[in-house]
Amino acid sequence: MIEFHLDGHSKVATYMQLVQQVKQSLRTGLLEPGDQLPKVREVTEALAINPNTVLKAYRQLEIEGLVDGRPGVGTFVRRSLAGPTLASHAALRSRLNAWLRDAREAGLEHEEIVALVEITLRQAKKQDIDLEAV
Amino acid sequence: MGTALSTALQTAGLGKRYGRTWALRDCSLELPPGRVAALVGPNGAGKTTLLHLAIGLLRPDEGGVEVMGHKPFDNPHLLGQVGFVAQDTPLYPDFSAAELIRMGAKLNRRWDTPLATERLTRLGIAQDRPVRKLSGGQRAQVALALALAKRPRLLLLDEPVASLDPLARREFMQALMGGVTEEGMTVMFSSHLLDDLERVCDYLIVLKEGNVRVKGDVEELVAAHNLLIGRAGEPVAIPGVAEVVRETHSGKQASLLVRTEGPVEHPEWTVRDVTLEDLVLAYLSVPARQEVAA
Repeated sequence: MIEFHLDGHSKVATYMQLVQQVKQSLRTGLLEPGDQLPKVREVTEALAINPNTVLKAYRQLEIEGLVDGRPGVGTFVRRSLAGPTLASHAALRSRLNAWLRDAREAGLEHEEIVALVEITLRQAKKQDIDLEAV
Repeated sequence: MGTALSTALQTAGLGKRYGRTWALRDCSLELPPGRVAALVGPNGAGKTTLLHLAIGLLRPDEGGVEVMGHKPFDNPHLLGQVGFVAQDTPLYPDFSAAELIRMGAKLNRRWDTPLATERLTRLGIAQDRPVRKLSGGQRAQVALALALAKRPRLLLLDEPVASLDPLARREFMQALMGGVTEEGMTVMFSSHLLDDLERVCDYLIVLKEGNVRVKGDVEELVAAHNLLIGRAGEPVAIPGVAEVVRETHSGKQASLLVRTEGPVEHPEWTVRDVTLEDLVLAYLSVPARQEVAA
């Protein structure tokens, strides 16, 4: 079972934040087929949010074929988003951790690290596009 | 007016006057069932008057109000299906929660004693002490538990969290949202606080000086408004803009909060999304009934 968290400063709509968190858990293998999502009542009470928001998120996940709503029982994961890449996650993460340690030792603050990662990602993406264009 | 099935609360040209002053005037709205609606506006905007008209405590001076298809004034049958938590959650101070629950059971036909008892037990609120000895937040929780035990189809709350500290406020909204999920009722609550409104309500009614300034589905409202930033003095006839709600200037820069009727595209203006809070503040900051120059 997962627990939802909301980012109060995010401009992303609340229902979309819930959808994204489920997808994230499906990608990382935290949620697997057959697992149950928190009951709507549990989510509304924990986060103090409107039930229609939770229902909308779950409906969206159902439309995308990721979960099954069983009336009166609950909502269950239908398929995983953890692709064949999941196996390599652990190794990649440990290398990322090593890099983070280096960055901290070099004196980078959290914001600088985030900025550096974002810039690098953007540049890599841009280079991909440039390559495609050639 | 509509049928009981299509609206939980409907008003048409509704007005109430105290002496020569109109507390509410020309108020028309339809609240679909199953919604959680926020009634927002400054003090004196007519929020309490509208709630009292809906619960049948006041008789309209003009226009009409229907709750689930029936007129609420002098209608005890309808009262059984409507829950109301008045401002500052008044309770008989010398009664304990257990006594208030027992009283509710005697006075109401549909009454769910276990629902109230279990809620309060879960929250760890003493049910054998006089409620005046409870904290403000706990008293508010008792009032909510009593309102929910009535199993209302429409629940109205007047400034339920205004006098509570942030933690008690959050706990109250958690309990309210849990209750709404369980019971599936329609809710309308008034508030002059805007925090977290976007998360709690899916329908918004903004009142100012007795008039409805804006109302509708929260997502649709947010989608239909934008903030435009550009140079002051630019012509304001921008394609896609239906109405300029508020215009502010700071030096050479102009900021327009606009209601749109299509995609806004103009080389001179930067288009930004708005939050529900931006939108409410924009509508509240301009004088009621002022025709905004477009």
